[in-house]
Amino acid sequence: MPSWCNDFGKENLKGEKMVAVNDVLYDTIIVGAGPSGLAAGLELAKGKANVLILDRKQEIGCPKRCAEGLSNRWFEIMKIKPKPEWAVQEIKGAVLYGPNGKEVKMKDKKILGYVLERKMFEKYLAIETVKLGAKILLKHQVISAKRENGIVKLNVEVNNEIKEFKAKMILACDGIDSLVARMLGLNTKNNLNDTDSGYQYEMTGVSGYDENCLHLFFGTEVAPRGYVWIFPKRDNTANVGIGIGAYISSQTKITAKQYLDRWIESQPGLKNGSIIEVNAGGIPVGGFLDKMTADNLIVAGDAGHMVDPIHGGGIGIAMEGGRLSGAVALRAIKKNDFTDKTIESYTKEWFDLRGNELKRRLKARHLLEQLSDEDFNYLAESISMEEALAIGNGTLSKTAMAILFTKKLIKRPGLVKIMMKYLHEGNDKAHF
Amino acid sequence: MKGGLKMSTKNNSSKCLYCGACVGVCPTQAIVLKDTRIFIDDKKCINCGACITICPVGAMISEKKI
Repeated sequence: MPSWCNDFGKENLKGEKMVAVNDVLYDTIIVGAGPSGLAAGLELAKGKANVLILDRKQEIGCPKRCAEGLSNRWFEIMKIKPKPEWAVQEIKGAVLYGPNGKEVKMKDKKILGYVLERKMFEKYLAIETVKLGAKILLKHQVISAKRENGIVKLNVEVNNEIKEFKAKMILACDGIDSLVARMLGLNTKNNLNDTDSGYQYEMTGVSGYDENCLHLFFGTEVAPRGYVWIFPKRDNTANVGIGIGAYISSQTKITAKQYLDRWIESQPGLKNGSIIEVNAGGIPVGGFLDKMTADNLIVAGDAGHMVDPIHGGGIGIAMEGGRLSGAVALRAIKKNDFTDKTIESYTKEWFDLRGNELKRRLKARHLLEQLSDEDFNYLAESISMEEALAIGNGTLSKTAMAILFTKKLIKRPGLVKIMMKYLHEGNDKAHF
Repeated sequence: MKGGLKMSTKNNSSKCLYCGACVGVCPTQAIVLKDTRIFIDDKKCINCGACITICPVGAMISEKKI
């Protein structure tokens, strides 16, 4: 006997559509089966919680809104071993291209990270989560949510019907377009100043770029307040994308797509390639939330604006945040208390764990934004590969960096000022 | 709003990639994304243009209300 009530689909006397009620009361329902939702699911399932994961899409990990890079640091933090099925391209370094085309190549002998096949990666996470006892339902779109007698009731549209699901706890891991948290009174709206507009092609027939490096292109002509990237995915295939400040388009009347198309035309190694996938997305790059919980609710991943404000990467940060949200939910389940008072420490825990570091990087980004194209060119020309590597790897002390910058930048006092301020704010290592 | 005509925000489905960026910046929760459809609730929409600004492909447009 299914748990849906029998008169589902019939209309009541007022002509309103009846809602089929799922009688199961879940410990936690996670909305969104992306990296954060699945990491939360893993944590909860490990703790033997009764957990359900809903996703509005028809396929996990697809369509991606992501350049798919993930550095080794995150594999270590999340205790995940890269698998050849989804860690498709080894990355050993990065090439930065200044506005005038000058390249700075930073390459190591060892593997620093991977470019993923995200739909395979997320399916792997999903399989692991289900193995531990979680349940996943796709094409289930939450259309409303309300609290009642200490639990949350979700109305979910599926197969042209409305089903009601009940849970003690909701984890909103539903991405930048998150509405679930907002339905439950937590405002997760993104401000245009702290959101990037992203657009990407997965292209094949790409030539002339070192496949073991990420390639990043800077300049106000190329990508104002942002950059263009080429993230190789083996076999002359790569994610070629752009992220620009969301407000840029209102000033220039040029969309992210138009910027990218124009740039690709200027690249001999790309313009004859073929596009095998088109992606787009908004990227929450810095509008951190002061409050990430409410009664029966925790928000994580892009929905909680968990993204690196400098490079816009967020897979690892989302997984770490998701895992934390799962751990906090587990604590609430054990206490059988789902009020905000019990779970509100999550916000502080996340800032202690990662948020404060990202906040410092947001300050650094604001300083970097002050650099002109000429400043970038000058930096690219005056810093040697060894110096750039040392800075990138974080092996230089602050004093050594200050001396280096002062020596190099003496001719550009404006830059010294900006850099000293940056050093003063703290320099965190960049990880994609 | 010239001539007293009200503007209305619309989605151009042939350009739209259904990425949801517009949903994320909408201050009034007027936009809902379902599979490959964007729904804009005219009653909630305040024509602030945030969705038009962020859209990576220029699929959101403002036009005169008929």
